[in-house]
Amino acid sequence: MSAPAEFTTLIGGVLAILIIASVIGQVLKARMGPDNEVIDNLVARINAWWGMVVLLALAMLGGQAGVVILFALLSFAGLREFLTLTAKRRADHWALVVSFFVILPVQYILIWADWYGMFSVFIPVYAFLLLPIIMAVHGDTDGFLTRVAETQWGLMICVFAASHVPALLSLNIPGYEGKNVLLVAFLVVVVQLSDVLQYVWGKLIGRHKIAPRLSPSKTWEGFVGGVLSASLVGAGLWWMTPFTPLEAAGLSLIITLMGFFGGLVMSAIKRDKGVKDWGHLIAGHGGFIDRLDSVVFSAPIFFHLTRYFWSVV
Amino acid sequence: MLRDAFPLLVGNAIALFARLVTAVRGVWQGVEPAPRQRIYFANHSSNGDFVLIWTVLPPALRARTRPVAAADYWLKGRSKTFIGREVFNAVLIDRNPNTRREDPISQMVAALDDNASLILFPEGTRNMTDDTLLPFKPGLYHLSQARPDVELVPTWIDNLTSVMPKGKVIPVPLLCSVTFGEPLSVIENEDKAAFLARAEAALIAVAEEVAR
Repeated sequence: MSAPAEFTTLIGGVLAILIIASVIGQVLKARMGPDNEVIDNLVARINAWWGMVVLLALAMLGGQAGVVILFALLSFAGLREFLTLTAKRRADHWALVVSFFVILPVQYILIWADWYGMFSVFIPVYAFLLLPIIMAVHGDTDGFLTRVAETQWGLMICVFAASHVPALLSLNIPGYEGKNVLLVAFLVVVVQLSDVLQYVWGKLIGRHKIAPRLSPSKTWEGFVGGVLSASLVGAGLWWMTPFTPLEAAGLSLIITLMGFFGGLVMSAIKRDKGVKDWGHLIAGHGGFIDRLDSVVFSAPIFFHLTRYFWSVV
Repeated sequence: MLRDAFPLLVGNAIALFARLVTAVRGVWQGVEPAPRQRIYFANHSSNGDFVLIWTVLPPALRARTRPVAAADYWLKGRSKTFIGREVFNAVLIDRNPNTRREDPISQMVAALDDNASLILFPEGTRNMTDDTLLPFKPGLYHLSQARPDVELVPTWIDNLTSVMPKGKVIPVPLLCSVTFGEPLSVIENEDKAAFLARAEAALIAVAEEVAR
């Protein structure tokens, strides 16, 4: 339990925002009447944010173990949602069991062990080749390529990409020792704030739909307003990172853009599979993937950029 | 006291496990979770089927809802017998007409007269085909004739086949749901075939609603 001083400042700021958001939610509820669906959903979302912030803060106080375990559990919940929708047949039972109970835990053990050379290839190389072998030896060829590809996609998104959040703790950045947990906080806060601000800008001034077939709620106004304001906030958080304000702004822009497109891609999959939400466990938000899609798409890029330009190997 | 607490504890542990693996969700589409006497009749594809229904029932309803299950399966071994008898308080029926000493229908009617609700799988065995349902056995009809006041609720269990296909031991964690449809209406002097066709159609209608 030894978080850097910056962490306390950040948590204080986030809690202040949540308190303001809750007050606004209650005021809107009182003003618009109790039966307004948009406001009810807003209040449910804010309440869920309280839970998510508390969970994330506790995990970060737990250091590497806390963050690794939290994201392993999030990967489990995400993979469960993803593979519920993918093509599969009875013959795939073992491939699915191996995905959940071997590949997922091994990936996070490799992250825990800081074994970069292995965790960066384990799923794209080893799992990639192993999974179709397991499926092939069971002899069912109906829709084989679809079954293999969709299962692997689930592993890449929900396990491999998601595991790059705790992987940030393995980076060795001179002058930043013992503070890596702040990189996790920076990534999660900027990307999630971008989602929230896109929602807020969209609700306030959103007119022109950006991709009506994929996601009817995404507008150009929300996109530009959300990405730019979140990037500004990201620049303003430079003091908790190894970056200069300008670098923090540039990285924030990249991860918020990746986050936006992550949401778009995952929406396309939902439309393809004919569902509105990935799951139902987070009230107001839907499933775990509905909340994590943006972080998952931005984490590997943020990890590698930081690794190439700031860390010593 | 302790004797009552242990089965309850085991029951809650089983329900928690079911939730961890399947995040199962009860969808009360055609009925409310009200304390009425009911027969939940459901599709059957896995031994975990009634566990899922049992898990999504509110505790007050759960306490008085008894699954109807095969004695030959649940009386094999001490732990299964304990779970079947003490935890789920199952109405255990002998599926073999040559060996049985009690008529299954009278056993179920006795349970209903004891004020219990029932979980029933009218297909009689686990459905391993690609069809939505196997043809219903006549038990549900006889029960509806014997106790016409009991609500018959079509109950669709979604996705458990993928979680645990027949013969597999390790479950794959995938999301499941249990959807309760609108109770069958009562039609007087309906013959057996017409009633069973109507019951099958009602359950298939719930299934199609879930798939959408």
